[in-house]
Amino acid sequence: MAQAVLNLPPSSLNPDQLKENHQALQKEQRSEARTMFRLTLPALLIVGLLMVAPIGWLLSMSFVGQDGSIGLENYILFFSEAVYREMFVNTFVIAFVVTAICLILGYPVAYLMAILPSPWSGFLMLLVLMPFWTSNLVRTFSWLIILQRNGLVNQLLVWIGAIERPIALVHNMTGTIIGMVHIMVPFLILPLYASMKAIDLNLMRAAANLGSTPAHAFRRVYLPLTMPGLVAGTIMVFVMCLGFYITPALLGGGRIKMIAQRIEESLALYPTWGPAAALAVLLLAMTAICLGVSLLLVRRLTAEMRG
Amino acid sequence: MESHVSHRERLWLYIFVGLVIFYLIAPTFIVVPVSFSSTTSLSFPPPGWSTRWYESFFGQEKWIGSTWVSLRVAFGTMVLATVTGIAASYALHVSKLRMGNLIRSTLISPLAVPSILIAIGIFFVYARIGGMLNTIHGMILGHSVVAMPFVILTMSAGLQSYDMTQEMVARSLGANRFKAFMTVTLPQLKFSVATSMLLSFLVSFDELIISLMISSGPVSTLSRVTFATLRDDVDPTLAAVSTLMLIVTCIPPLALHIVTNRAKKKGA
Repeated sequence: MAQAVLNLPPSSLNPDQLKENHQALQKEQRSEARTMFRLTLPALLIVGLLMVAPIGWLLSMSFVGQDGSIGLENYILFFSEAVYREMFVNTFVIAFVVTAICLILGYPVAYLMAILPSPWSGFLMLLVLMPFWTSNLVRTFSWLIILQRNGLVNQLLVWIGAIERPIALVHNMTGTIIGMVHIMVPFLILPLYASMKAIDLNLMRAAANLGSTPAHAFRRVYLPLTMPGLVAGTIMVFVMCLGFYITPALLGGGRIKMIAQRIEESLALYPTWGPAAALAVLLLAMTAICLGVSLLLVRRLTAEMRG
Repeated sequence: MESHVSHRERLWLYIFVGLVIFYLIAPTFIVVPVSFSSTTSLSFPPPGWSTRWYESFFGQEKWIGSTWVSLRVAFGTMVLATVTGIAASYALHVSKLRMGNLIRSTLISPLAVPSILIAIGIFFVYARIGGMLNTIHGMILGHSVVAMPFVILTMSAGLQSYDMTQEMVARSLGANRFKAFMTVTLPQLKFSVATSMLLSFLVSFDELIISLMISSGPVSTLSRVTFATLRDDVDPTLAAVSTLMLIVTCIPPLALHIVTNRAKKKGA
């Protein structure tokens, strides 16, 4: 492209040739666009054929009943079968509790990371990122060892006299939540940290100068400024919890069923793809709605902040 | 930067954060001592020490075979996702395609879609076309879907801080586009490329749900066998496997972190 421009002789300034040059340039631009599009094709084909297309197909299958009729049969299952109600309640309770705990644990960490001077904040970041690199299976297995009946936590609780006999910490809701929080906390810390890092700490000094106590300044100045990161992180963690598979399957001991496991079971349980597809569509819709709301809220909060 | 609150007043914060970090990091390492246990129980501390669980790992076809499968799939995914991802990020960066934003969002979307959905989608496609279920290449393609966003995000960030005119200079000096890219642009993006490769390798190595759906028998990945063993018959071999996985997945990122830091310092 650059060469085409550079090689123009001075005589090319007459209108006919200008037009010709213009056309040549346009042609080259088009061929450039084609080449660039072709470069994206392999990646696009992988994601398109293996993810986008099948999801479209799931959408259509979810409306096909057991006997091949078109209708809402698979969606009506959600209301008519008790298994589904329990599963939905489980999914939402777990996602909600896990998100809340992550928020309580993650906020102070992100805060400290944002106010610490350089080498320390980097070190803290490395520690927060380390679990990211570790296989979720390994982390889940570790909790299985720690939380089992004669595991560390039970031994400790008995030793300090909090309980008399070991209690069941895994293969139930407690284990599922402990394991999921462990995986989710970093996902909340990172967006929080990003929004905190952008805050000018002079604002807090100004608040103090104007007579505000640290707690008051935090509530009225700092907290509102972290809202975009807070909202984005919280919703992301919530959404990820909704579709979680590994931890509930292992630490829930097969007793705690969430949507993802139910989808997998439906494939084996029903002769058609319909019921699994309907659940999949529901999960996808919830994910899309949550992320959409998050996007809107963040945009609004950021706009408000700019005044 | 210091604010008006003293360290002493912040003591509670330090303690709380310390506890959270302890909760995040420490539990995982319990697999290390347990893997050297002399008994079949997973008790901690172990009553005695031995290396029998490592012997059990290296002596069983299901572990060695699946490790080999995982490594091959992860390597294939690394190559496929990185190459196609770099091509796409480059194209999206240099051109103003009308569909550019749509293409980018499509390529990043596997990050937002729950993996169970991606998994049953791939399962459905493979069940129809045949020759893909229970194959290495089928898994490489499947894992590339979930690895793609990481490559695109990493490479886009790298390209953003790269001065494209350098490539233009190379081309005006007579290099063709491919040569200019390979000899001028790519070497300067080596950290982004290394990060992309590392991420796609690890994403594939750790991936479980897609593997659960589309692989079984002799082409099971290590994560799939680990999951099945965890669910059905837990024994300390799992702790040995976990320890090995911990080493495999922890060292490369740390090394990359150190190398990048050193390079940054040199550059500054």
